[in-house]
Amino acid sequence: MTRSPANSGALCAVLLALSVALPFVAPGYYVQFASKALLMAMLALSLNLVVGFGGLVSLCHAAFFGLAGYVLGFLTPEGSGASIWIALPAALLAVGSVAAVIGALSLRTRGIYFIMVTLAFGEMLFYLFHDTKIGGGSDGLYIYFKPEFTLGALTLIDLEDATAFYYIALVALVGAALLVRALVRSPFGHALVAARENERRALSLGFPVFRIRLTAFVISAMIAAVAGFFSAAQFGFVAPQMLGWHLSASVLVMVVLGGMSSILGPIVGAIALLGLEEVLKSSVEHWKLLKGLIVIALVFALPGGLQQLAAMLAPRRTGDGRDSDVPTQAPARVKEAITHV
Amino acid sequence: MDAITFAVQLLNGVQYGLVLFLVASGLTLVFGILGVINLAHGAFYMLGAYLAWAIASQTGSFTLALIGALAISFLMGILLEEIFVKRMIGRDHLAQVLLSFGLILVIDELRQIAFGKDVHAVAPPSWLAGSIQLTDVLSYPVYRLALCVACLGLAAAIFYVIQKTRLGMVIRAGAENRDMTRALGVPFDLVNRYVFAGGIALAALAGILVAPISTVFPGMGDGMLILSFVVVVLGGIGSVPGAAIGALLLGLTDTFGKVFFPQVSSILIYVLMAGVLLWRPNGLLGKA
Repeated sequence: MTRSPANSGALCAVLLALSVALPFVAPGYYVQFASKALLMAMLALSLNLVVGFGGLVSLCHAAFFGLAGYVLGFLTPEGSGASIWIALPAALLAVGSVAAVIGALSLRTRGIYFIMVTLAFGEMLFYLFHDTKIGGGSDGLYIYFKPEFTLGALTLIDLEDATAFYYIALVALVGAALLVRALVRSPFGHALVAARENERRALSLGFPVFRIRLTAFVISAMIAAVAGFFSAAQFGFVAPQMLGWHLSASVLVMVVLGGMSSILGPIVGAIALLGLEEVLKSSVEHWKLLKGLIVIALVFALPGGLQQLAAMLAPRRTGDGRDSDVPTQAPARVKEAITHV
Repeated sequence: MDAITFAVQLLNGVQYGLVLFLVASGLTLVFGILGVINLAHGAFYMLGAYLAWAIASQTGSFTLALIGALAISFLMGILLEEIFVKRMIGRDHLAQVLLSFGLILVIDELRQIAFGKDVHAVAPPSWLAGSIQLTDVLSYPVYRLALCVACLGLAAAIFYVIQKTRLGMVIRAGAENRDMTRALGVPFDLVNRYVFAGGIALAALAGILVAPISTVFPGMGDGMLILSFVVVVLGGIGSVPGAAIGALLLGLTDTFGKVFFPQVSSILIYVLMAGVLLWRPNGLLGKA
């Protein structure tokens, strides 16, 4: 790919400025939609840590997302909101522990097995909430009050206010992006990518591959949990469908659509896919048919996602003909993953 | 639990396991031979059931429904292989996951356009209706018994084809070493096509056969997909005997789990899967 770090930085700055300005120029509906998109972008970002940098195609991230929502639902009292100081750490702790168990079991397997096992464990959580009375069964659970962000008697931020909520979502996403960037640039991140490229070599170099992957998996799940926590707060509702594998697969589409070898890619992919869905939903009755066709087209025509499209449209700067290459060649990807995030 | 209830549950568990085997054997063959992971496998289970319902409700004949739905599914398998799957061989798993997810969305929406989203029931053929007295005190629905026999016959046929025929030899060789088999001049594109279409047909067949004892509903493929993944994980990828063992294990665990531990039965099979993974990460008969 051709995007240089400077370009990427400029793009980030523009996107950030646009998102900060959004509530001042857009009507309320779009602010709420944007909040939702930011939280989904956070989920895609979290998934990309394991899929893009770790090479581990996880199909259970929706389960972590939804589980955090359920924790918020359980901790929200009858007549008021839950304290964010208790509910958010509780959600992180719960999801982190579940992810540690699922990760420890799934990471004993490789490749295709990993996909199937994560899918199966994700569905286990789905059925746990769907088939039992926990959390209202298939009807789900209403969260009538948003969590309270207070210090003593002082309300720091009123999450019931849509604009304030939007900024919280934005701060959470930016924080998560900075965290993932720091992780990927650290020796830990380099080891994660090295294990993706050549597991045997990474092992023989003395990297504790299993532990590195498990750590990445758990951190990724906890970022997904933050997204799920705020999503459940925003919808005021959590249902088993939030844990189902269709959502996991959709998030995977977001990651691939935006491009896997960057931090910004999944965020752009999530916003692009949600925006597209929003347009399709309002104009086409059978929009899922179109979504399916778009996903199929993505696989065949644009395996490198929107980054590939941008690279194809951008004027060629080097003459080596690599510009339009699908960014899946291993050496190029390592380099990118390490330097071009 | 008395002996009668036990016997009935045992029959139910075996029958469930046999149906699971039909779906999972197709899945594991397609993966073993083509190296393609197909999340849309469950969608064909659902489609088989819907096609059977549509034909049966038009013609009133279950036999016609069986033949028609099976033929349509097989042809769809051929068509899909030609248009999509052929191009996915050798691509990374992520691309295959995404393609089959896209296919699920398309198939599901087309199904809704064609058949709606209502829940339907299919009547078993009249000569298989009613119950039969197995012993003085034990009676069992004839259709369920016939289903067991049919699935056993199909399982035997699958094993015969794979173990004894020339086609089976090629399939086994392909699962063992794709490049070497191709180099020896086996017309692999043809084998791939029929293995894929056959796998799809097996999933659809399971859906058709189950339709009279279950209901036909939109999400039925999803549940079956996950279960057949668990079966494949239990048995080991690409291993048909492994799929058979995994399917029976899962069928019995699920059935007896519902009787003995109704509270936790829905997660019992995943506990089983976790146990097997701890012991053998590549499945019971999987290669290391």
